[in-house]
Amino acid sequence: MMVDVQKMEQLADNLAAQEEVVGRSLFADARRRFFKNKAAVVSLILLCGVFLFSTFGHMIAVWSNEEIDWGILGQIAELGAPSIENGHYFGADELGRDLFARVVQGTQISLMVGIIGALIAVVVGTLYGAIAGYSGGKVDNVMMRIVDILQSIPYMFVLILLLVVFGRSIFMLFVGIGLISWLDMSRIARGQTLTLKNKEFVEAAIATGVKPITIILRHIVPNLLGVVVVYSTLLVPQMILTESFISFLGLGVQEPNTSWGAMIAEGAGTMQYGTLWQLAFPMFFFIITLFSFFFIGDGLRDALDPKDR
Amino acid sequence: MSTKEPILSVRDMRVEFKIKKQNALPWHQPDILRAVKGVSFDLAEGETLGIVGESGCGKSTLARAIIRMIPSQGGEVFWQGRDLMKMNEKDLLGIRKEIQMIFQDPLASLNPRLTAGQIIAEPLKTHHPNTSKDEVKKQVRELMEKVGLSARMINRYPHEFSGGQCQRIGIARALITNPKLIICDEPVSALDVSVQAQVVNLLMDLQKELGLSLLFIAHDLSVVKHISNRIMVLEFGDIAEIGEAHDVIHNPQSPYTKELINAVPIPDPIAERKRIAERRALEAKA
Ligand SMILES: Nc1ncnc2c1ncn2[C@@H]1O[C@H](COP(=O)(O)OP(=O)(O)O)[C@@H](O)[C@H]1O
Ligand SMILES: [Mg+2]
Repeated sequence: MMVDVQKMEQLADNLAAQEEVVGRSLFADARRRFFKNKAAVVSLILLCGVFLFSTFGHMIAVWSNEEIDWGILGQIAELGAPSIENGHYFGADELGRDLFARVVQGTQISLMVGIIGALIAVVVGTLYGAIAGYSGGKVDNVMMRIVDILQSIPYMFVLILLLVVFGRSIFMLFVGIGLISWLDMSRIARGQTLTLKNKEFVEAAIATGVKPITIILRHIVPNLLGVVVVYSTLLVPQMILTESFISFLGLGVQEPNTSWGAMIAEGAGTMQYGTLWQLAFPMFFFIITLFSFFFIGDGLRDALDPKDR
Repeated sequence: MSTKEPILSVRDMRVEFKIKKQNALPWHQPDILRAVKGVSFDLAEGETLGIVGESGCGKSTLARAIIRMIPSQGGEVFWQGRDLMKMNEKDLLGIRKEIQMIFQDPLASLNPRLTAGQIIAEPLKTHHPNTSKDEVKKQVRELMEKVGLSARMINRYPHEFSGGQCQRIGIARALITNPKLIICDEPVSALDVSVQAQVVNLLMDLQKELGLSLLFIAHDLSVVKHISNRIMVLEFGDIAEIGEAHDVIHNPQSPYTKELINAVPIPDPIAERKRIAERRALEAKA
């Protein structure tokens, strides 16, 4: 069978010409700028490392986080130091449990509290702020006064009270942190919405009769994303810090669960017995993660707002 | 023109803004800015009415009040005989399909997070939510070609287009619901002079082809006289003059219109000479 090569080539050319051009979104631009920022990229890699550690760490661990190594119990300061031979890579804690497995467990919980807490705050805060700002007038007034009132409550006090009254649990911790963390976000979102609301593309949507809720979700919220992303990278470490502080006070995560804050508290308590590793390892992960989030937040802000440098 | 039943009649439209002073106490009376002070006009089917006036004289406010984007403090708007101001939200939505708008700042009138295709499709999705994806895409592509954009650009974002191209996207968005009236709020003021003519010509071609009525707003007469059948001159929210385009340009009645005309360079040697003579006469008087 003969194929007209020239015609086929022409067809291929025509098809290529008709193919749709892929657009370069604002985020694609921002991504390029972000990856030029060395501190942010290093932080991102470190953070990925911490994530991998928390998800796959238990596979490397020789001991589980519940097992007690009876052989070293009572002689932790002498026998419990970090070593490859006995499988306690990070050493053992006061009760003879493997610190490596415990740090993996604590990392999981701290990251979870941070990320879920920030997620709730971001979703609730953004929607609340966008709705208040877009509605304007009385609705806006009432909604923002509620935020004012909630914000004037000394929240650490309320959080501690909640944990004491309803018992200490991770769930209560989420409720307590979630209740207050969205307030700042809602203010930021509202402020941005007020400026966006007067943009002509929002007017265009109003003029064609797009429903208010669709305008908020399709035109306002996506344009808030830059601020939201930056703020949430700062919110995660803030959540982790709050949780750690509460756990440090002994009100947060309870045994057999643990978190960075709880482990740092334990480590600090036994420092004088010469078991410094019990403080050093959780502290190391805690600091690495906080710094990474801050640098990433910084990098994102620069990347998303190139004018502001 | 005037023999036809008007498609849009505006009667005694009034718009006021309450201006709160800074640091005002709650019981202080706000100042009232009367932006539109009783404007009336008719627009026939297929006709173009140019609305001219200095920046800040209430042109945009009038346009917004007509389609109820902002509340008005009095007046009636009849769209094909039905009073828009007394209409409920549901009926109004049906009208929004028939009256579309084009804006001054081409880039700002497009959502930076959406592609050209998504932007153009929005009115269609609002008014015909059950249209299939393929059908939407087909219509968007057709319209893009019609307004002089390559349909290949359908997935591009606004910042990847030039000002003129952005305005074409805006025009395509306005056309997709097959409207009867398009309100053009200074559609070329933000564009380069060379591009202005292209966009105005595109609008004129589309109007001829689709039988559209246009309300064409501009702050200078040179753009408006090109496209308008009739011209309305606004002066601080009041009509200074309204009439056939030719009459308003060549035989202006109000001093305000004369001033506007004198502010415009006229590429017409005879009129130009007459204008200079007029100015000399005025100066001699002063
Ligand atoms: N939302 C608003 N609140 C208060 N004043 C406004 C508002 N919109 C417009 N104005 C005022 O109304 C007047 C007319 O504005 P506008 O219609 O935008 O003028 P134009 O479009 O002719 O340039 C201006 O003095 C402007 O400051
Ligand atoms: Mg205007």
